[in-house]
Amino acid sequence: MGGRFRYIPGVVTLRMDPHRCSGCGVCAQVCPHGVFVVEGGTASIADRDACMECGACALNCASGAIEVEQGVGCARAIINGWITGGPPSCDCGGDGSSTCC
Amino acid sequence: MSCSAIGRELSAPPGSDAQSCGPGACGAGPTSTDGAGQGELPGYRRWHFVSSFLETPVGPVPVVKTSLERPDRVGAALVRLGVGRGRYRVAPGLYAVGAPGPESPVLVTANYKLTFDSLRKELAGLNAWILVLDTAGVNVWCAAGKKTFGTMELARRVAACGLTEVVSHRRLVVPQLGAPGVAAHEVKRLCGFRVVFGPVRAADIPAFLEAGMKATPAMRRVEFPALDRVAVGLVEFANERRTMLWVALALLALAGIGQGVFSLQRAWLGLWTGFAAYMLGFAGGNVLCPLALPWLPGRSFALKGAVAGLAAGAGVWAFAPNALAGLGLWLGAAVAASWYGMNFTGSSTYTSPTGVEKEMRAAIPLQGVGLAVALALWRLGVGGV
Repeated sequence: MGGRFRYIPGVVTLRMDPHRCSGCGVCAQVCPHGVFVVEGGTASIADRDACMECGACALNCASGAIEVEQGVGCARAIINGWITGGPPSCDCGGDGSSTCC
Repeated sequence: MSCSAIGRELSAPPGSDAQSCGPGACGAGPTSTDGAGQGELPGYRRWHFVSSFLETPVGPVPVVKTSLERPDRVGAALVRLGVGRGRYRVAPGLYAVGAPGPESPVLVTANYKLTFDSLRKELAGLNAWILVLDTAGVNVWCAAGKKTFGTMELARRVAACGLTEVVSHRRLVVPQLGAPGVAAHEVKRLCGFRVVFGPVRAADIPAFLEAGMKATPAMRRVEFPALDRVAVGLVEFANERRTMLWVALALLALAGIGQGVFSLQRAWLGLWTGFAAYMLGFAGGNVLCPLALPWLPGRSFALKGAVAGLAAGAGVWAFAPNALAGLGLWLGAAVAASWYGMNFTGSSTYTSPTGVEKEMRAAIPLQGVGLAVALALWRLGVGGV
């Protein structure tokens, strides 16, 4: 396949406060798209536009240095959110056990 | 105090086994290791993939096979066609592979059977524990997003299974894609186990364990190979059956109503030409778009889908009754493909919700206008307005 996939640039909600970073490196470990690099004892955002807002980094940052609006990048979930007036949801089956995602 | 419900499918409704591993929740369980009835309880059926039971301090734990058999392949084929997808699950709890001991690694996974199968088939020759969380039959990544594959469930399941009595170490290997739901530092605080994030793909687990639980950067990246893209796109054929029916009914009504009140002949022409164009668009959005994803222009999936739909939709000229209807059918196919391409964001491994919302706000009005124009051209083309 070769090249990496890129999505719409300059939109993601990922934020990081380098002063709170403890340099543990877990963010770089859990990120499936290599958004973070750890150098000289601190992490930094190296490729913001590769972020898919899965939220793994923020959830696993023990020092609370990372914030992101976590969600699924799914048109159907967003439409469900618009219809119900609630947050985007993949539970389109309605029985709470839907496997579509 | 046994885990005896694990490894068997309850004949009771799903959900009633939510407390598997809970002390007392599973009945007395087998007490002897001899005799043909070992591991059997009235009302329970043992899964074909359980080869035997391993005695542990918390009771017998099912040992699972590392090869997939006919029922696994049939089951996998059926769920890919959308049959019984919501119920394709195994009981949560503790399982064994090979002959694990107190030092053997604990691999955490979801109770979607496809996920469970894809893990166990990679573990041939290894001795390990598998801790299956209750994700209501949803795969790890999606369940992590919903937090059912989450910190609380993991800590609860560790306690309910008495894992501290089974293993002497305090490490859990959690698939990396579980990280959106599992906060490693919280798990440590709640149950004393340290989470080690494993590789993205189950196939890399042997190498990961061999390297002393170290993942290479390549093991940490999510890819989106053509085969995966097409496989998830094809699921839409099963998911969208109801939509297809509604599209057919709408086309039939729209073509039929008009001059002469309702013309059956025109309705039939409208139905089959319109539905054929819709299916070309469907294939454009759900097959061609996923397949050609890296090479289609733009970043927006709605645009990629529209381009794929223009290509696939060119097929309408093979059956368009005239140029006017043909233009409408072609445009309609492109709109359908754009819609399905946009929905394919949910199956992709790299789109962000903020980006998806942005492209939707731009695309949906255009799709709406396109659909209206397409319907008008097609309707004029089939005649007798």
